[in-house]
Amino acid sequence: MTIANTQPRRQSTQEIGTAWERMVARRRFYTILGLVILIVAFVSSVRFADESNAGHFFDRLPHLFDFLSWLIPKDWNDVWRALFDITSVNDKGGEEFNFDKGRVYVSSAFYIPEYFELMIVTINVALISTIVAFIFAVPLSFFAARNLTSSWPLRIFTKRLMEFLRAFPEIVIAGLFSAILSIGPVAAIIAITLHTIGALGKLFYEVAENIDMKPHEGMKAVGANWWERVRFAALPQVLPNFTSYALLRLEINVRASTIIGAVGGGGIGEELKLSISRGFGAKTMALVLLLFVTIIAVDQFSAWLRRRLVGEHAFLLQH
Amino acid sequence: MTVIDANRMHEIEARYPEYFHRSFRQRFGGLMILVATLAYGLYAVWFFDLQKLLAEAHWERVGIYLSQWVSYDVQPDFRIQDDGSIEVRYPRFSPLGDNPHPDWVVNNPDGSITVSISGASRSVTVSKSETIVTAHGVSIPIELSSGAPKVVGPVPSWMTVYDDNVLADLGFAGDVSISLDRVKVRKRFIGWANFIFDTQSAFFDKPVGEVIGLIVSGPRIKPDQTNLSLALEDIWNNSEWQHGDVWTKLFQTIVMAFLGTLLGALAAFPLAFLAARNITPHRLLNQILKRLFDFLRSVDMLIWALFLTRAFGPGPLAGSGAIFLTETGTLGKLYSEGLENIDNKPREGITSTGAQTVLVHRYGIMPQIIPVIVSQTLYQWESNVRGATIIGAVGAGGIGLKLWEAMRTNANWENVAYMVILILIVVFLFDGASNALRHRLMGAKTH
Repeated sequence: MTIANTQPRRQSTQEIGTAWERMVARRRFYTILGLVILIVAFVSSVRFADESNAGHFFDRLPHLFDFLSWLIPKDWNDVWRALFDITSVNDKGGEEFNFDKGRVYVSSAFYIPEYFELMIVTINVALISTIVAFIFAVPLSFFAARNLTSSWPLRIFTKRLMEFLRAFPEIVIAGLFSAILSIGPVAAIIAITLHTIGALGKLFYEVAENIDMKPHEGMKAVGANWWERVRFAALPQVLPNFTSYALLRLEINVRASTIIGAVGGGGIGEELKLSISRGFGAKTMALVLLLFVTIIAVDQFSAWLRRRLVGEHAFLLQH
Repeated sequence: MTVIDANRMHEIEARYPEYFHRSFRQRFGGLMILVATLAYGLYAVWFFDLQKLLAEAHWERVGIYLSQWVSYDVQPDFRIQDDGSIEVRYPRFSPLGDNPHPDWVVNNPDGSITVSISGASRSVTVSKSETIVTAHGVSIPIELSSGAPKVVGPVPSWMTVYDDNVLADLGFAGDVSISLDRVKVRKRFIGWANFIFDTQSAFFDKPVGEVIGLIVSGPRIKPDQTNLSLALEDIWNNSEWQHGDVWTKLFQTIVMAFLGTLLGALAAFPLAFLAARNITPHRLLNQILKRLFDFLRSVDMLIWALFLTRAFGPGPLAGSGAIFLTETGTLGKLYSEGLENIDNKPREGITSTGAQTVLVHRYGIMPQIIPVIVSQTLYQWESNVRGATIIGAVGAGGIGLKLWEAMRTNANWENVAYMVILILIVVFLFDGASNALRHRLMGAKTH
């Protein structure tokens, strides 16, 4: 080997060395820059949030756990009484302890406690909106999948439509429909359904884009048309995943219907909001307990069903 | 599809019996699910009393509200005085300003007034004794001389006669309400009135060129303030559109999502190490933390927001707090699952060199987990910006409350439209930014 041959190589080793150092320095610089930006943004956001809040953070901090004192009822038995609408010994005509007023009588002897009825309304809102959204999202997702739909205007249009449905603020739809249909759970159903179509549609078309295309080709080879190809080649492959995502969405929708309920959609959310804002300890406690148990139950049931459908699968909670 | 003959069909059937003689569940499972879903649908129709609701729905409001999103109306009021003269009044805070002389209200030489509602084809002429409504190609005179307004000739379908007034519906263009001494006209315009300057501003109703001229080189309108700062102040404090307030509230929503997610990430990060089975071999601690995450998530943003608004008062602190608590749960779960899925070899390698625990975590775990953490956190931030509009409506600050208030009054649907557009822009910007950042941090593949 001549010097002429080794010289450039040594140079290039040096170059690699300096390039490496430069890269490390640049990465370090970006990391520090990112951190500085983050800290500045954090400090200024805290200030901004504190200034525009009604009560300031440090003034109110000692009162942070005040709500626990409202939550703790004087008589713990009142929580059960509130939950099952049993007449309270503390009832003196006010609203705080009038538990038996809300009974929903099925027959003269048998009644459903008020909060259970509200919880049924909330669950039904979640369930029906998930089902309706599922019915709409399945065909839409096939139109949006790159491997199944070759016409790009249709695909782009469907994708944009789903993005729009996802991003549109739910309370506006709920507000619009409660003005049209009178205040009640149906406005919440429409709002949650529209949002869910967008959210499920996105997850669905990502699943549909990842299917094995061989059955599809086989169907094509025997001359099947688009509907038959989707029905017999794509749908059987994606259905377990679709159902699993729909169940995951059902969990989220149980919470969403509570939230929408709180802004006028009826159901348990509205009752919870009223109860907390009036400081009714026993009622709030009963509602939170019921909501907590229901959500855990729905989560567990859907997790069990999902495991049976698609096996152990890591899923992300997505809004 | 191609049809095959019967022999071939039987042959195939004999060859693959398992596909043709299936169990009851396989054969009717799908059908039964379908029937159950339909039955549930019927139950839901009964449960929510859908027929009654649909029958009582005010569908006409859809058109009204939707048209209010993109239009505004002016409602001049024509009062017929005893002496036969007609007095024109505009409501206070009319979008036309304090001194309106619109060119669509014409004083005729004989003392009557003609209001053009949609060009020449739809107009109203008000005089002492009668009002003539011209629309849909016909002119209908309404006599005002007797005890009640009286339509001369047959009453067209777009006109409704009540005891003491007559209502003519002219579609999107507006409507006219005629009573004996008073004619109320509503004329609708496409667009957002006074979007930049409200009627109180000195720049109101001036053409763009003149406003720019005033700002650049005009004489000062207020002696102690430049015209530019006056103009900006007028825009910011626009009383009808409340740009300042809307933008501040929108910013609050973004800040709430940012603070909540960041604090949640900071709290979840160390906790996730303690909750991960493979990193902290302490079953009880793992379980306690995981259940804590579940609890924080399942109590939900809304309930936390309701509690925190009672603690801090309404505002973004309560919202940030609510997002923080929920996010600690969500991110804690996601991080700890990410940590449980890491490759253990780098850790073992670094442990074998005798490094301290902190160093093992820093060099054995962090490089693997950082992309997951960053991507999940960015995704949650993005999704919280979307979700934080709702908790605003229960008092946790941000644009949600503003939206809710605007809708509750049922009058300001154009403000609702404005805020919706702003929210959509912000959401799409955040989607794009967070996607771009995620791609850059994780390479081409998303989580």
